[in-house]
Amino acid sequence: MPELAEAALKTNAWACYDCGKCTATCPIPRIGGDYSPRKHVLAANLGHGDDLVKNGSLFSCLTCGMCDRRCPAQVGYTALVQKLRELSYREGVEPECPHGGALHSVMRMMATGGTQQDRLRWLSDDLNTDPKAGQVFYWTGCTMYYDAFFPDFEIRTLEGTRAAVRLLNQLGVEPVVSPDERCCGHDLLWNGDRKSFELLARHNIKLVTDSGAKLLVVSCAECLRTWNIDYEPFFESPPPRIMHITEYLSERMPELKLKENDGQKVTFQDPCRLGRHLGIYDPPRHVMKELPGVELVEMRRSGPGAMCCAGATWSNCDRFAKRIQVERLREARETGAEVLVTACPKCQVHFRCAMKDPKIGEEILIEMRDVAELVSDALA
Amino acid sequence: MTPTSQKKTPKRTPPNKKTKKAPAKASPKASDTWDPNIVVFACNWCSYAGADTAGVSRIQHQPHFRMIRVMCSGRIQPGFVLRAFEKGADGVLVSGCHFGDCHYIFGNERAVEQFEKTKNVVRLLGLEEERLRLEWISAAEGVRFAKVINEFTDQVRALGPSRLRPKRQTG
Ligand code: FES
Repeated sequence: MPELAEAALKTNAWACYDCGKCTATCPIPRIGGDYSPRKHVLAANLGHGDDLVKNGSLFSCLTCGMCDRRCPAQVGYTALVQKLRELSYREGVEPECPHGGALHSVMRMMATGGTQQDRLRWLSDDLNTDPKAGQVFYWTGCTMYYDAFFPDFEIRTLEGTRAAVRLLNQLGVEPVVSPDERCCGHDLLWNGDRKSFELLARHNIKLVTDSGAKLLVVSCAECLRTWNIDYEPFFESPPPRIMHITEYLSERMPELKLKENDGQKVTFQDPCRLGRHLGIYDPPRHVMKELPGVELVEMRRSGPGAMCCAGATWSNCDRFAKRIQVERLREARETGAEVLVTACPKCQVHFRCAMKDPKIGEEILIEMRDVAELVSDALA
Repeated sequence: MTPTSQKKTPKRTPPNKKTKKAPAKASPKASDTWDPNIVVFACNWCSYAGADTAGVSRIQHQPHFRMIRVMCSGRIQPGFVLRAFEKGADGVLVSGCHFGDCHYIFGNERAVEQFEKTKNVVRLLGLEEERLRLEWISAAEGVRFAKVINEFTDQVRALGPSRLRPKRQTG
């Protein structure tokens, strides 16, 4: 496989000196799973691609990026996985999606296009937005789909989306919120379906470019990574400035009028895409610290070492993922915080799902909110 | 055998011959000559048997559907239906036993929950809700099966081809 050598070269895999730190830090083996990034890197280097690509084990990677950070030789394992999954997909190997592939089907249908989505029903009258053009484009992500698809988990990811628009309005911004936005393609790309991803990338880039926006504000950490890193080769004109909602808020925090609060203890889950993939650790913390009465307590593992929600790309939910989630929620409870704040709707979906465990649910129950919700609640 | 002349239609045509037309190109305008692609999910114990009843009783109905048998309608999760649409189905019918008749007691109640979720997502995607239908058909209801199929086929035909149909790709 010539692509294998190319992938190894592009992701620095050849620099591997077989120390095994990746496997030692990987959350899956740590929790008892039989998974070894080191083996994959070695197989890629030795050109043993056939088995590697066809046995489907690549789809177990959480793509959390923990190993990338620890690797002393700067091997980009996560990037390697992304590339190799494309080869797997081409061979007809697909991940087992715990939702019967429903979400991937939805994304592929968005890639096909042809219909007018009905995705803006959540926009209430008090929110001012423009459907077409403006200086600031607010990227909603697919929260409306999650809320429709997971009614049993009582998730309310749309609340975060609404809160973000409310905050932008409060700061005097009437953002573009487009009915023609489509899935950013993150999950398809990470599952190897590059073709559909490219369709989505082109559509979305055109949409934002045509709106004339100079600034793109994104709520979802995965969308942000996709816009920042994976869309890069597709821009024909200089891209707008791309910011996470917490980065934007952190810059303009002093302009918000906030009310007094009688004290709330919160803890923060760093989404992998926001933290390890993009290095955004401080803005969300800064935002929360500015909120009157809000006390931020860190979990045992936080920042660059934060544990992942174990569910990126809707492909690797198994008993190990569940264990990782339960362990993480226990950590959150240990802090004594009342609210687990996150900056990615998917973290919310996955943790809420774990909380549904009938046997341990009680022990790990904790309220979850988006950072934007927290700020919006604090508005005077 | 020589091909039948057009003078007279024979009295008893096999069910699948009745509405057979020359294959037509799918185009939204030519909806009268276009036949939809419908996927029917049917549970093993009632609806699938209902279809059988319709067949052995030679009850005429339109033949533009593919049937997928599952053990119980409770098995039909959103992924099944959405994948059918993704692959180009123009309509999807989900069917199971009447309430109280489910072979697994409450499977069809589960089916309703799943169906609601599916419908929400289909609505978000901008597909017409009329392309999706949930029906309870018992093993004895051959006539009803034929009626449901005819109604649903006409309904989908009136809507035209699904706009989410993947474009035919070469290679
Ligand atoms: S067996 Fe027919 S619906 Fe359950």
